Amino acid sequence: MLATLLIVFREVIEAGLIVGIVLAATKGVPTRGLWVGYGVAGGVAGAWLVAAFAGEIAPLFEGAGQELFNACILLLAVVMLTWHNVWMASHGRTIAPEMRAVGAAVAAGQKPLAALSVVCGVAVLREGSEVVLFLYGIAATGGTSAIGMMAGGALGVLAGAGMSALMYLGLLTIPARHLFSVTSSLITLLAAGLAAQAAAFLQQAGYVELLTSNVWDTSWLLSDGSVVGRLAHTLIGYTDRPSGAQLVVYSLTIAIIVGLIRFRHLRHLAVSCAKCSSGAIASDQGLGIRQPSTARATATN
Amino acid sequence: MRYLVPLPVLITALLASLTAQGAGDQSFELRLKEHKFSPQELTIPADKRVKLTIKNLDATPTEFESHNFEAEKVVPAGGEVSLYIGPLKAGTYLFFDDFHEDQTKGTLIAK
Repeated sequence: MLATLLIVFREVIEAGLIVGIVLAATKGVPTRGLWVGYGVAGGVAGAWLVAAFAGEIAPLFEGAGQELFNACILLLAVVMLTWHNVWMASHGRTIAPEMRAVGAAVAAGQKPLAALSVVCGVAVLREGSEVVLFLYGIAATGGTSAIGMMAGGALGVLAGAGMSALMYLGLLTIPARHLFSVTSSLITLLAAGLAAQAAAFLQQAGYVELLTSNVWDTSWLLSDGSVVGRLAHTLIGYTDRPSGAQLVVYSLTIAIIVGLIRFRHLRHLAVSCAKCSSGAIASDQGLGIRQPSTARATATN
Repeated sequence: MRYLVPLPVLITALLASLTAQGAGDQSFELRLKEHKFSPQELTIPADKRVKLTIKNLDATPTEFESHNFEAEKVVPAGGEVSLYIGPLKAGTYLFFDDFHEDQTKGTLIAK
């Protein structure tokens, strides 16, 4: 029962941290609970599927099926996180103040929510499929009673969810005016970490042959095996012995996200300045309704 | 859109170059039976990438993992998987079954 509790706790917290960041990043956005709920539910369903077909996925692509699958869903999450961050940077600041008041803004806010919903789904799917495989193994060996396993699993979920909730509440203590920059930095590091994990999978599958040696070793400082090391791995992609390829992918992801944010932000400023000078904004009411629809138009470009 | 035309060609070329992977890599094998690795200690050459095949003879799935080198792969019950490791500097590295971390461990020695 203890083994079940520990493993379930560990996997739940790894997925829960990501869901916590998503919830903090979408604070104040109506219907976010629903989207996050869809993501988590989709992830749970996906986890069962992936676990059930683990034997079928592994031999695909000359034995690289598992790595390619993992790399693909990780990169999907990276794309969604990038897109969310860039979208929020160019529209979030103008929408946020009106978000609670204006119904029209809700529709515009759904897009980044859908992206983050996918991110939650991927996080839950990855950790969840491990939980399912592990529990299946326990059940098959009959090493522990069914009741013990269920109790351990349930306690693990509760403890993991509780820790994730604490982290979420911790993030919420950050004053509202700073919360946006904190969550967007967290999302950038999270995306870079996931991209580096994808690189590690491609390296393991033999697809990346260059720069696969470890560049440095900081295991004396913070080991990948320690609790803090695991959390840092989930949150910011920390690894004590990164390969050159991982470092390149990690830095490149940060550079791309920051670059896109700067570019979109400048462009958005230019657009709003052009509007200001042409006197397009007539009244407060007009501002509230017009802003989100322009936002939507720009986003589809 | 015109600049997108060479893209399929590039992707095909890339995939073609990738399929030549691992031709010259040395291979090693690990077996898992009753939650024990055999050999318990595996020696591989240092500073060279190697291909590692893991055969799971148990009826339950396992996950081959290490905190000392990059490796994380589910080995289905009764199945086998291969993965590439390294190049690792000379030294001792630990690996384990993530689903039975306390009882299923092994050592990798690079020299």
